[in-house]
Amino acid sequence: MRYILFFLAFISMLVANYMSLMYAPTEKVMGHIQRIFYFHMGTVWAATLAFILVFIASIMYLRKESRKWDIIAYSSAELGVLFITLTIITGSIWAKPVWGTWWTWDPQLTTTFILWVLYIVYLILRSSAGSNVKQARYSAIFAIIAFIDLPIVYASARLKRGISPVVFGPGGGGIAPEMMHTLLVCLVAFTLLFIVLLKERMNILKMKDIINSIKIRRNF
Amino acid sequence: MNKILNIVWKDVLVEFRTKEIFPTMLIFSILILLIFNFAFEFKSSIEPNTLSALLWVTFIFAGLLGLSRSFALEKENNALFGVILTPVDKMYIYIGKFISNFLITFLMELFVIPVFILFFNLNILDIILPVIGIVVLGTIGFISVGTFFSAMAVNTKLRELMLPVLIFPLIIPVIFNSVRICSSIMEGRELAYYKSSLQVLVSFDIIFVVICAVLFEYLIEDS
Repeated sequence: MRYILFFLAFISMLVANYMSLMYAPTEKVMGHIQRIFYFHMGTVWAATLAFILVFIASIMYLRKESRKWDIIAYSSAELGVLFITLTIITGSIWAKPVWGTWWTWDPQLTTTFILWVLYIVYLILRSSAGSNVKQARYSAIFAIIAFIDLPIVYASARLKRGISPVVFGPGGGGIAPEMMHTLLVCLVAFTLLFIVLLKERMNILKMKDIINSIKIRRNF
Repeated sequence: MNKILNIVWKDVLVEFRTKEIFPTMLIFSILILLIFNFAFEFKSSIEPNTLSALLWVTFIFAGLLGLSRSFALEKENNALFGVILTPVDKMYIYIGKFISNFLITFLMELFVIPVFILFFNLNILDIILPVIGIVVLGTIGFISVGTFFSAMAVNTKLRELMLPVLIFPLIIPVIFNSVRICSSIMEGRELAYYKSSLQVLVSFDIIFVVICAVLFEYLIEDS
């Protein structure tokens, strides 16, 4: 099972690379730089999945108090930070030639930035909380509050005018079918990558637990 | 209700007798204003936006000082155990603590506002009431989150150091909207201009007081 997932993620990543670099047509106005968008969307999608998972796992932890949910929340939060960092980096690379600036305080960017800070604080909180139970409970509480805070951050940031492109929905331009295919493949690839990494990270944490319990048993 | 008031009364009494937190907060906030004054080289014409930002930075920093003591005080002689062992719903403890923190911080702010007006030569006496109203709303917002995380921070290894890191990213909406509303009031704009900010601020207050009260039970279970 593990190797199948690994293999699928690898193949889909290769296909995603090929499609975003070769298959998708070049965007008329922005040119080749637009191709980074497929990976930008992929990472932001994976990060969203990760943070939703952290939120759900945190609620479940507070209800069930089982180590399993804590491990899920922790691994997912780490991956979320990784993916959101990649999102910010790819977004900046795209924004420099298109908007003429690496960074601007547009609502989406502001919210993403605060999201990034919040989950880094989450990781800091984990490392400074002390015992395992405290660590799990405090970080679960923080994750829930942070998740609820985000829509309010977005609502406040939106009171200033925004410039992030709206591609889908009302007011959006829509995209060529080839671009759509590429985007979908990218989303699938990043979802698979996320699942693979999550499982690996969870395995490492579980092994750590086992080693710790052996150490305690043998009085190390 | 009585139970909540008991906790509030206890905190106010402790503060009244020890006179530890309040004078420190007050002096600290006046010092911050002094530093700002120096930093701006005693300019008399500063934009309303900058002014209300200065005011809120002062409030948040000074308020933080009180918040970090709020539960650290209970840690001395393990008084927190006594509070937790009180046979009441944990929610009441949070609300009691929240109210007492709010009262102390708000009192500090009431003292700071005249100093602020004096230092920066402002002429805002006719709009002082709406500004104080916004100060109340903003303070509720950041004290609600602050009280909650103060209880969490004293139990971490980094203690008080952890508090600003925990609450600053969370209270960004409060600061943003309070500053925006205050500066619009100072500029003499209509209510319609900052109505949406007011809505976000009020909803932040309601949401976080409720959520923190509900989650407080999990926070201090056996800490």
